[in-house]
Amino acid sequence: MSVARAPAPAATEVLPPPPGIRVEALRKRFRRQPVLRGVDLEIRPGELMVVIGRSGGGKSVLLRHMLGLVRPDSGRVLIDGQDVTRLRGRALDRVRERFGVVFQGGALFDSLSVFQNVRFPLREKSRLPADQIDARTLAALEQVGLGDMGHKYPAEVSGGMRKRVAIARALVTEPRVVFLDEPTTGLDPILVNTIHHLVVELQRKFNFTAVMVSHEIPEIFQIAHRVAVLHDGKIRAVGPPSEIEGSDDPAVRHFIHGEVEIDAT
Amino acid sequence: MNATLALEPLARLGRLGLDWAAALGRFGIFLGETLACLAIPPFKAGELVRRLWFVGYRSLSVVVLTGAFTGLVLGLQGMLMLRRVGSEAFVGPLVAIALVRELGPVLAALMVTGRAGSAIAAEIGVMRITEQIDALTVMALNPMRYLTAPILVAGIIAMPLLAWIFDTVGIFGGYVVTVSLFGLSEGTYFGQIRAFLAPIDLWVGFWKAIVFGLIVMWVAAYKGFHVGHGAEGVGRATTEAVVLASVLILVFDYFLGSVLP
Repeated sequence: MSVARAPAPAATEVLPPPPGIRVEALRKRFRRQPVLRGVDLEIRPGELMVVIGRSGGGKSVLLRHMLGLVRPDSGRVLIDGQDVTRLRGRALDRVRERFGVVFQGGALFDSLSVFQNVRFPLREKSRLPADQIDARTLAALEQVGLGDMGHKYPAEVSGGMRKRVAIARALVTEPRVVFLDEPTTGLDPILVNTIHHLVVELQRKFNFTAVMVSHEIPEIFQIAHRVAVLHDGKIRAVGPPSEIEGSDDPAVRHFIHGEVEIDAT
Repeated sequence: MNATLALEPLARLGRLGLDWAAALGRFGIFLGETLACLAIPPFKAGELVRRLWFVGYRSLSVVVLTGAFTGLVLGLQGMLMLRRVGSEAFVGPLVAIALVRELGPVLAALMVTGRAGSAIAAEIGVMRITEQIDALTVMALNPMRYLTAPILVAGIIAMPLLAWIFDTVGIFGGYVVTVSLFGLSEGTYFGQIRAFLAPIDLWVGFWKAIVFGLIVMWVAAYKGFHVGHGAEGVGRATTEAVVLASVLILVFDYFLGSVLP
């Protein structure tokens, strides 16, 4: 796998420290259906936290609360002490300017080429000269091994490439917090490992706080600093991968070992 | 129990009324937020040019075609009717005033609704369900500024031009029928148009086209932004955008026709 073929100019700059995230008593219902029933979770600065849980269990909803895209019924999400569930307008934008987000399907802009997609946030938000923006865009693409794919459009590249473009776009602005919503869903095992190692490598390099929602068990145990298990709308367990893998909690064991839950009554 | 059952229809009506009021409120807020993006720089000129090309230039062929046939029909029917009362000399003003005041803006707007409005609703709807709009939001970029505002301005600029092209082509369509087929003199046709078509008629058509351009793009963008789930949601949003915009065009045509001189 070719990662970090060209060093990003950003790597030489002094970046601000990564923030921590604290989720407190977060509750959310959709049409009377409770999805989050009081989530408490602390993500330490600079750590790679992977949130696992059953499909439809509210992992992406939790992530969208952290991004300020969904307002909770109660509870809060503090990023560097600021409650993103209460912020609006410019104040929320100032927090989001430090985010990098990889959406489930990539969320690449169809009308822009791969290069234009990665360049887009820099072009719109930074005050760098055009040649520096282009250089950083190319460096970001080369970091994910797609330096020669810039001219293609999202519809012309494979699913794995789209995910890598999305990662390049999320990282080109040197974010201090990166959110990844199932970045490997639908990819083959080799691509899953490629993307996982890419995330780890980039996280080490840029020292950002990362929150990843994933289904990839046991692969994520090799990359996560800590793992949180979301079950029944609450964080059932949180800890280092070895601790979660060895958990005695039946719900956690059922999930990570893929066991079918049988009602004994 | 019986009293509760008896009141149920009333409660349903009330809920329906509240839902309508809430939807109207959301609709208004959406426009307000878009207009606020127009008032506060930066404005996305490149995106405006792209939308103008799509809404305006790409609609030209359908507008020219419908304009020509509308003029042909107006000329034909006008000639047949006015010949009965010996007033065929006035067929030119009939065609021109009907086109400039009513049919030009209305039919051009309906054509743009079908061609560009539906496409915009579908495009924004797909952007919504594929999280492209969320991607803009979390980049701290306002999707209203990048998507809705240029679309709205493109509609306001393109629609009067398209209506004017529709009018012009339609008047020449009427000319083809009345002069070439019925033998009316060219001087009579255009001379009577010059005599009867007043600047106020052009202004009425111009303002109607601006309002219709705003309506079409506003409805299309709103429906795309508030799309349901999946492909079915996009399909429904597209249909709703076309139906609602078409109805609003006809409703506003009546009210504008009543208010404008």
